[in-house]
Amino acid sequence: MNYPISKFSSPLQRVTGLLFVMTLYVVIANTFFAPDSFWHVSDYSVTLLGKYLCYALLALAVDLVWGYCGILSLGHGAFFALGGYAMGMYLMRQIGERGVYGNPDLPDFMVFLSWDSLPWFWWGSDSFVWMIVMVVLAPGLLAYIFGAMAFRSRVSGVYLSIMTQAMTYALLLAFFRNEMGFGGNNGLTDFKDILGFSLQSSGTRLTLFVLTTVFLGLAYFICHRIVNSKAGKVVMAIRDAESRTRFVGYNTAKYKVAIFTFSAVLAGIAGALYVPQVGIINPGEFSPINSIEMVIWVAIGGRGTLYGAIVGALVVSYAKTRFTAIMPEAWLFALGGLFVLVTLLLPKGLVGLWPTVKTKAQQLWPKEKAL
Amino acid sequence: MTLIQRLIFLMLLTVGLTWPLKAAEFENFEAAIAALPQADFKSLPELLAGIAELDDQRVSSLFVHISQGEVYFQKSDKRVFYVLDQADGSARIIDALNGEVSQDIEKKQLSKVKTNNRIRSDITQLQAQLNLNHPDPNIRLTAAREMLADVSRISDKRLADRQNKESDGDVADILSLIAALKQFSKDDAVSQLSALTQLDSTLEPDVSQVLAAASQDAEHYSAEVQTKIKATLANIESQRNLYSYAENIFFGLSLGSVLLLAAIGLAITFGVMGVINMAHGEMMMLGAYTTYVIQQWFPNLIEYSLLIAVPAAFLVSGSVGVIIERSIIQFLKGRPLETLLATFGVSLILQQLVRTVFSPLNRQVIAPEWMSGSWQINPVFSVTFNRLYIILFSLAVFFMLLIFLKKSALGLHVRAVAQNRDMARALSIRSNWVDAATFGLGSGIAGIAGVVLSQLTNVGPNLGQAYIIDSFLVVVFGGVGNLWGTLVSAMTLGVLNKFLEPLTGPVMASIIVLVGLVFFIQKRPMGLFPQKGRAVE
Repeated sequence: MNYPISKFSSPLQRVTGLLFVMTLYVVIANTFFAPDSFWHVSDYSVTLLGKYLCYALLALAVDLVWGYCGILSLGHGAFFALGGYAMGMYLMRQIGERGVYGNPDLPDFMVFLSWDSLPWFWWGSDSFVWMIVMVVLAPGLLAYIFGAMAFRSRVSGVYLSIMTQAMTYALLLAFFRNEMGFGGNNGLTDFKDILGFSLQSSGTRLTLFVLTTVFLGLAYFICHRIVNSKAGKVVMAIRDAESRTRFVGYNTAKYKVAIFTFSAVLAGIAGALYVPQVGIINPGEFSPINSIEMVIWVAIGGRGTLYGAIVGALVVSYAKTRFTAIMPEAWLFALGGLFVLVTLLLPKGLVGLWPTVKTKAQQLWPKEKAL
Repeated sequence: MTLIQRLIFLMLLTVGLTWPLKAAEFENFEAAIAALPQADFKSLPELLAGIAELDDQRVSSLFVHISQGEVYFQKSDKRVFYVLDQADGSARIIDALNGEVSQDIEKKQLSKVKTNNRIRSDITQLQAQLNLNHPDPNIRLTAAREMLADVSRISDKRLADRQNKESDGDVADILSLIAALKQFSKDDAVSQLSALTQLDSTLEPDVSQVLAAASQDAEHYSAEVQTKIKATLANIESQRNLYSYAENIFFGLSLGSVLLLAAIGLAITFGVMGVINMAHGEMMMLGAYTTYVIQQWFPNLIEYSLLIAVPAAFLVSGSVGVIIERSIIQFLKGRPLETLLATFGVSLILQQLVRTVFSPLNRQVIAPEWMSGSWQINPVFSVTFNRLYIILFSLAVFFMLLIFLKKSALGLHVRAVAQNRDMARALSIRSNWVDAATFGLGSGIAGIAGVVLSQLTNVGPNLGQAYIIDSFLVVVFGGVGNLWGTLVSAMTLGVLNKFLEPLTGPVMASIIVLVGLVFFIQKRPMGLFPQKGRAVE
């Protein structure tokens, strides 16, 4: 307890600390080292890292509902995509006259469909503030309505999972339609700048990356507070024995709706941060397989530990980038194998491995403990 | 020629083309043939029309040869021959009257009966008339239907002749329609009205076209007749709507039976075992690929390939299912959400496996002869055989499964384990083996569903993914653990989808159904037919 490292003994401090160090390093390495230097972090890597951190934020959201409340949502991809679309609409309007058709108000695809005015739901999409409101409101409202209906009528377990999947599938089909007014198959892309800063410049990219880490840190902090609060204990009680919690006198539906909605908002924010860094949002983000992949990040990292979700998202996304580059054929085998092995052998995920290894090590070399 | 003259000429030409053909009269075929060498462009159409009136077997081959330009005559004795050029440059010369091959005549001695486009198009018209006399009733039926579009092509006399001779009921019906239309085109209100009563209940599209045109034509049809026409059209329209409902229901049932096939395997693994098998779609995919492989292995047995593929797909998918159960699912008992993740992993591996083995491209599965074609019930309602067979087949599979679960010893064990595993074990049921068999059975049925799907969609690695969500929804909508519920829900969803489709388009229809289902489950979380009693929780 006298070691300085003990200051970072709680996961909260470790995660925020690590995030801070990483951000600081990336910022310095990107700005101050020459491009040919070994220590340099390229713009490409910054954006890639930013993308991973968006996934981490998303995984955090999934872990909050699945790991702590036992709600296996197969629809978080929908919330993520809705946040992304809210951001995409704003970015689309920022293109203005620089589009292919040069229409100052209408995005290119609307001109192409020969629409003469913006549909009502694009109202206010050129305002940054309204965009922020929508990023929170669109996924939040959907999650609130869906959750309020589902949890009040006590749809749970497998049924809920399938319902969430049906929801995201319905949205996928809907957003593929050109008539929906969200760019159909192609989605929203070809963004130019955000708040007047070019999305191509390394400064903007770095800022977006830093923003992502800030949001991730903040989200982690809030989630940490939630799960350690009294309400968090109730949420975990619901996960372990919902009927008993209800019989004790808690309105479990309210807790579930609240945590589900909050989680959806987090996912929406992740989507909103993701879109300007990747430069495109299309209906593919709604596809059910994406939502399942998010669950896998959490399962691999370790559900029920917030930092496990982050670890899982980073590890799997990095592995995906590497694998698909080296041998694209093998990626689905590897991913599928991971699913099977992790659920069979590592019910607590990668981070659950560490305590096991530690106790094993202590059993093998008891001297270390004596020190 | 000035422009106006040209226009007039063109108009005359078109009028000439559609003018009813004047027919020359002949005693018999021999007399007609004898007249042929004298004919020129002007008289030939008349002559041919006369020939068409003859009731002779040789007429149709004469027409075929004339339109091919193969009819020649000998200048000296005016005998008519068909000259068929052979591939080796020589010519086979056949006597038009008796069909004998003449060896002693050279092509050089003959001169051609000349034709032009006008004559050739006349001949196509005449051939339709000729087909009315064809011995095959199906050909007569088609010819009569064609005649409906333009009844002026047949003379009253010939029509009456034909009607007297006609033995086939369907053809006779069409012929009386033609007669009615002819009567309808006359310029007096009494015969028009009596014709309308005969046309009242027909669904032939040509008839309603004629009526629709007549309802715009105030010159030839008096006000009284006009009202009758409108009433007749309305009557036809309402009958047509009735049949389009019937067609929607049929399409809906066929979609529903595909859903049923896809979902009953899940109803077993999910409803009975509580396992969420995300690889279920891939079991279907394996079944579809089994069909493909069987067609590749036995290219001579395409007609029987589906019959072989059904048991083969059951075995392939079933044994893969048993392997999955033994190697993964048995370790995840009582953790349904984790079976979801693990089997999803399995589905990814299977997809990639198929991609690596068979290439990511879609494979072509051939439909056997007996699956194609349709059963034309009336002009607006036909039932395609493949859909009909699929409905019958899926119902057969469903009832076989039901009987298996209710009557067989293994079925009894399956139900016992589903209701109370511990008690079943205490009664010496080997629950492990029952689980493996159940999962194998569910997967095997998915394989059979794959065989059916191979006849409907492209066989590719993503085949299963398209159906997995729908299948789950069918099971949940029907009520988990209830096979009858699955049947009702599959058929309901299928029919609902097909009724929405014309109103909203196919994509919107599935969105509406999906959203509707989500709402429905919120209201009734246990589906249409919830399980009752202790098994619920």
